[in-house]
Amino acid sequence: MKVVVDLNRCQAYAQCVYAAPDHFALEGAEVLVYDPAPGDAARAEIERAVQACPVRAITAFPDAAPGAA
Amino acid sequence: MSVAAGSPPRRIVVVGASLCGLSAAQALREEGFSGEIVLVGDEPERPYDRPPLSKQVLRGRCGPDTTLPCRPDLDLRFRLGTAAAGLDPRARRVVLADGGTIAYDRVLIATGTRARPWPGDPGSGPLHTLRTRRDAERLGARLADRPRRVVVVGGGFIGCEAAASIRAMGLDVTQVVRETVPLVQALGDAVGAMVAEVARGAGVDLLTDRGIDGIEAAGGETAVVRLDEGRRIETGCVLVALGAVRNVEWLAGAGLAVSDAGVRVDAECRALTPDGRVVPDVFAAGDVAQWPSAVYGGARLAVEHWGNAVAQGRVAARNMAAAGGPLARHDHLPDFWSHLYGLTVKLVGVPDGADRFAVVQGTLRERRFVGIYGAGERTVAAVSVDSARWLPAYRAAIAEGAPFPPFTGALDQPGFAPHPLATA
Ligand SMILES: Cc1cc2nc3c(=O)[nH]c(=O)nc-3n(C[C@H](O)[C@H](O)[C@H](O)COP(=O)(O)OP(=O)(O)OC[C@H]3O[C@@H](n4cnc5c(N)ncnc54)[C@H](O)[C@@H]3O)c2cc1C
Ligand code: SF4
Repeated sequence: MKVVVDLNRCQAYAQCVYAAPDHFALEGAEVLVYDPAPGDAARAEIERAVQACPVRAITAFPDAAPGAA
Repeated sequence: MSVAAGSPPRRIVVVGASLCGLSAAQALREEGFSGEIVLVGDEPERPYDRPPLSKQVLRGRCGPDTTLPCRPDLDLRFRLGTAAAGLDPRARRVVLADGGTIAYDRVLIATGTRARPWPGDPGSGPLHTLRTRRDAERLGARLADRPRRVVVVGGGFIGCEAAASIRAMGLDVTQVVRETVPLVQALGDAVGAMVAEVARGAGVDLLTDRGIDGIEAAGGETAVVRLDEGRRIETGCVLVALGAVRNVEWLAGAGLAVSDAGVRVDAECRALTPDGRVVPDVFAAGDVAQWPSAVYGGARLAVEHWGNAVAQGRVAARNMAAAGGPLARHDHLPDFWSHLYGLTVKLVGVPDGADRFAVVQGTLRERRFVGIYGAGERTVAAVSVDSARWLPAYRAAIAEGAPFPPFTGALDQPGFAPHPLATA
């Protein structure tokens, strides 16, 4: 999986942290850190986090097949 | 109102395979463009995200693979590891450094910026910059050796974030800043002074108002940094964070309006000639583009912000896919975030030219507040520290240029006092 969070949009609601605690964490009051490249095994959890985010800040897709270089 | 001309394009070439280019490519498909999309990029990697490189990647909180997620069904053709060396708008083709050419119906210039190097830096040895994944990997490997002291040169966002991350790894850090406080150009003296206090509190040896006379290689990975006041700092790693240079050299001779401030475009993201005419089928967006901002009375803006790269790439895509009909305008209000010493700093608007600053919620002392910037009578930007939820409320005020200060003598704002702002 590949994950990116639009941190302009993120308001540290932490819903993603509850949905996928191994892949999202809040440090301090508002610093969201996340794993940008979790394994495909995490897919269900990550998709739950995408859905849980109240401001729709998270984008995630499975890894791209190695395409034309 | 501008309308798109001509027949629908069949091949769209995007030069620069990073955040803006990928955002444009995705938007092209969302707009229903079914022709060929070719992304040309000089870096070997698929588009990846840069902001984590100075934050969680640097302090080892996650690996260096920050590849941007991409819908699997976009059908993009990547030409990676290949630099564009020229643009010929009349023949409608991009010339590649390897001698090849790619014909286009429309082209997007999204070549962004690169780190400004220390004069004479060979890109190896004890001197580092931080812009690319490869930079992050080389710097990370060096920090893993736990050099005796790391010197960070520069007081902009990347220098400050990197100093914070490296200090969080338990390494000794000296940060040398030419200005009176860090981030003064970006956020003004009040917020910059708060960041300086936080940095010193975290144990960073922050030297302000100090220039560097020279950096001498001292064999292997060691260097000596000579400060203008005579002091010499022996170090095992120097991170040069002196801002960015726009990647426009490859456009020489293309007839576009290009300068150090980037590629000049109109609000519809179309490249312009030096006398202001639209260059047919050539668009530019992201860090490399300079656009007239409706929010700031048509003033030309060029920012190096993630949010702008995404938004402007999308507007450009919409207009590139269009065949007839009205064109979309990039009426974006710039925004930005940074993570510093566990604090989240967010900015909306552009404080350039602001001469007054006022804290409107919270206090600087608590390190939790919202502040607004005034230029003359107008509110031009707002900043939050650990108060992100309040910031969107100020967007509208900035977009409409609400009066500054917004309210004086209000009973619930006893401490409200705008004060002069210095940004140099
Ligand atoms: C360490 C770091 C931290 C950051 N943190 C933040 C942050 O916290 N918040 C924020 O808002 N912004 C941040 N930014 C800025 C943000 O990453 C940029 O605004 C964004 O990357 C701009 O995207 P872009 O696609 O326009 O340009 P770039 O990302 O610069 O991409 C341009 C691409 O074009 C390639 N290229 C250049 N010339 C050629 C050529 N001739 N031919 C082919 N390819 C070429 C380049 O190699 C590059 O891959 C940060 C940047 C860095 C480096
Ligand atoms: S759920 Fe969304 S807003 Fe909340 S912390 Fe996660 S990304 Fe940010």
